[in-house]
Amino acid sequence: MYVAVKGGERAIENAHTWLAEERRGDTDIGDLSVAQIREQLALAVDRVMAEGSLYDPDLAALAIKQARGDMIEAVFLIRAYRTTLPRFGASAPIDTGAMACDRRISATYKDLPGGQVLGPTFDYTHRLLDFALAAEGLAPPAAPEAAADADHLPHVTQFLAQEDLIQRESEGADTPRDLTREPLDFPTDRPLRLQALSRGDEGFVLSMAYSTQRGYGRNHPFVAELRTGTLAVEMDIPELGFAIEIGEAVVTECETVNQFTGSKTEPAQFTRGYGLTFGRCERKAISMALVDRAMRWKELGEDNVGAPAQDEEFVLYHADNVQASGFLEHIKLPHYVDFQSELELIRRLRAEALSGQHQEAAE
Amino acid sequence: MQNAVLDGGFADPAREAAYAFRAALNAMARPGTIQHITGADAPSPCSPAAATLILTLCDPTTPIFLAPSHDTAAFRDWITFQTGGPLVPAKDAMIAIGTWEALLPLDPFAVGTPEYPDRSATLVVETETLASDGPVLRGPGIETTARLTLPEIEAFQRNRALFPLGLDFFFTSEDRVAGLPRSTRVMEA
Amino acid sequence: MTDQAYNFAYLDEQTKRMIRRAILKGVAVPGYQVPFASREMPMPYGWGTGGVQVTSACLTPDDTLKVIDQGADDTTNAVSIRKFFEKTAEVDVTEKTAEATVIQTRHRIPETPLTDDQILVYQVPIPEPLRFLEPSEVETRKMHSLEEYGLMYVKLYEDISRHGEIATAYAYPVKVQDRYVMDPSPIPKFDNPKLESAALQLFGAGREQRIYAIPPHTKVVSLDFEDHPFDPSKAPHACALCGAEGSYLDEVITDDQGGRMFVCSDTDYCASRRAAGHVGAMTSIEGATRMLRSASPDQTEPAQ
Repeated sequence: MYVAVKGGERAIENAHTWLAEERRGDTDIGDLSVAQIREQLALAVDRVMAEGSLYDPDLAALAIKQARGDMIEAVFLIRAYRTTLPRFGASAPIDTGAMACDRRISATYKDLPGGQVLGPTFDYTHRLLDFALAAEGLAPPAAPEAAADADHLPHVTQFLAQEDLIQRESEGADTPRDLTREPLDFPTDRPLRLQALSRGDEGFVLSMAYSTQRGYGRNHPFVAELRTGTLAVEMDIPELGFAIEIGEAVVTECETVNQFTGSKTEPAQFTRGYGLTFGRCERKAISMALVDRAMRWKELGEDNVGAPAQDEEFVLYHADNVQASGFLEHIKLPHYVDFQSELELIRRLRAEALSGQHQEAAE
Repeated sequence: MQNAVLDGGFADPAREAAYAFRAALNAMARPGTIQHITGADAPSPCSPAAATLILTLCDPTTPIFLAPSHDTAAFRDWITFQTGGPLVPAKDAMIAIGTWEALLPLDPFAVGTPEYPDRSATLVVETETLASDGPVLRGPGIETTARLTLPEIEAFQRNRALFPLGLDFFFTSEDRVAGLPRSTRVMEA
Repeated sequence: MTDQAYNFAYLDEQTKRMIRRAILKGVAVPGYQVPFASREMPMPYGWGTGGVQVTSACLTPDDTLKVIDQGADDTTNAVSIRKFFEKTAEVDVTEKTAEATVIQTRHRIPETPLTDDQILVYQVPIPEPLRFLEPSEVETRKMHSLEEYGLMYVKLYEDISRHGEIATAYAYPVKVQDRYVMDPSPIPKFDNPKLESAALQLFGAGREQRIYAIPPHTKVVSLDFEDHPFDPSKAPHACALCGAEGSYLDEVITDDQGGRMFVCSDTDYCASRRAAGHVGAMTSIEGATRMLRSASPDQTEPAQ
């Protein structure tokens, strides 16, 4: 006998309880602390902060714990939390030139003022599983330390700019529009595109960047500079009349030097791509710079070759993994009403087609 | 004076704004009907209905125009304190408030663009008489016909001719509000 | 019972004002999609965030809310959204269409005609009716501004030449008040005639950041051709439980031998009819008494 499905409420509650149990796993194994995640899964924390658009390592670590390591779910938790926060104001623009760098490399010069600083990178590790890590309680050997550079490391692109070899970027007059407070409309400007890329899905931005390297909107990037480090975040306090430091943040910045523009009247100049993310999201920052550059085709008078990375609507509408995964996964929800309407339609179309065939056969 | 600026806001902002918005929504969705709307109290000459509408719809992101009838120091201060909405000339306004005569001419107000007809001004017209009487209204939100006391007819016919561009109106009197969206056709009774 | 950590109806007041302004412009320009700065909600995009934001901006403490998905109050996502508002807005909830003042829906319009005092809020996945014909938002916006809907008619006509009829069974496009072509959300085309209603209808698309509206008593025409008029047909069956012949039906597979039955998709409508003594083929065959008791409305009330 048919009984209409009831009890959705109880099913949901039971699912939540089961989920909590699964999240914890075997209780004979020690509980993972938020501090452990923050310290030992720091790059996961950085990615959640970058794509969640919220700089708070503890909350990001909590989100990772709650999401059982599902990074997009963790980003979603952070975004949903972020949207409820009151806004007290906007920080002053950060000065990446004043960054206390622990990594700073340039691919365009063998050596340069301040030097190449490798920092804690995977780059030249051999990707061999380190079984020693499986043993617990082993402390890593201490890394040798050098005295911190007293001076700020100069931006590599500024050497090119001194010779006018690279395009100068005009200082934006207005406060950039806020992607999270205004609906997206097109055409966009560069600040808005950079915001979208900075919080976009790392995998998506990476693939878009990769596609430009393979010829879909080729723009010949050189990594002029990649830097990671800590900088001060300041905020203007109108009552005080000056800015005060409200905290520190670790960010990664990538500046690329790209194919030059120029004409009979204007001498040739390199162009730029730019990437900036919270935390040590280096792959993302480089990818972002490439996609940023690809989307600048109109402003730089280049041809639109129809490459996906050149299409700002395509990139901006599909870069956000919280939007994308929500919509993708919504097809799990019941759709039986729509399906039923198609079922009826297809039965009728088939019946009409078959009766037509019979009629033809009879004639 | 200082008290007048600080007073007259919503006592329970979330709930009072919810009731007020429902009144405004019903007014705009059913032209010709008169809705009850209260909660805010602004310095004279602003009616409680208009003050409530302003608190419900305005904040630092909504440029506001005060027509000469309402451009008093006390009311300006009240709006700035209560909403943070910037006071601007008519052409830049999302929301405008005043008597009909003071709001005229309508030409400077934004009527939206063909691709974004929503980027148009909403005018809050303070009026002495507000009743389901007078000119005849037809259009969305109206089953057959409705009536509403309007200051004139021709201006609203010209506005309707711009559709889907155009201005949208609220008429306010004491604690009552009526709406007239750009989609409504107005005729002599 | 309200969660004090959050504002009434969850959203902060500034967000509500922004949504409310968009709703008013949507009402003023029926069928036009107003952009709004949709917020991240605590449920995923695609799961009703647009509808939830519109409902949140419209609810007053006096409202009685009904939430349906596929016509049913007890589908998991409907339960989840209803609970959300019970918790954050302390509103009364109901499963009875006639008792609700605000109804949030996904994919259906209730069978019981709506009244002047009701607001129907739709969850919309893709608000742009031209999107599958033209992927670019810049282009579709231009087409709406020029009232250039030829592409849509070409698509519908191609259906006719291939299948003999318009092969769109749900999300069937409509023209609102002779101006904007609009996506009525993925309701079955059977529901399209109900888009002309005494109730105010609001549509929210969270991920796509659009709000649009059909005011009460607004003209809504399903697109068609003179020689191929719009046909809001449905399965030629009666509900097995309540015997209704004019309601939209779900097909339920009852065994692995191809056995199936048809029952009302609108669970409140079906329950009300059964309470009033109507029976269907199934209920009369298998014993009306037992059947009526097992599915009586008393047991379909939401948990208190």
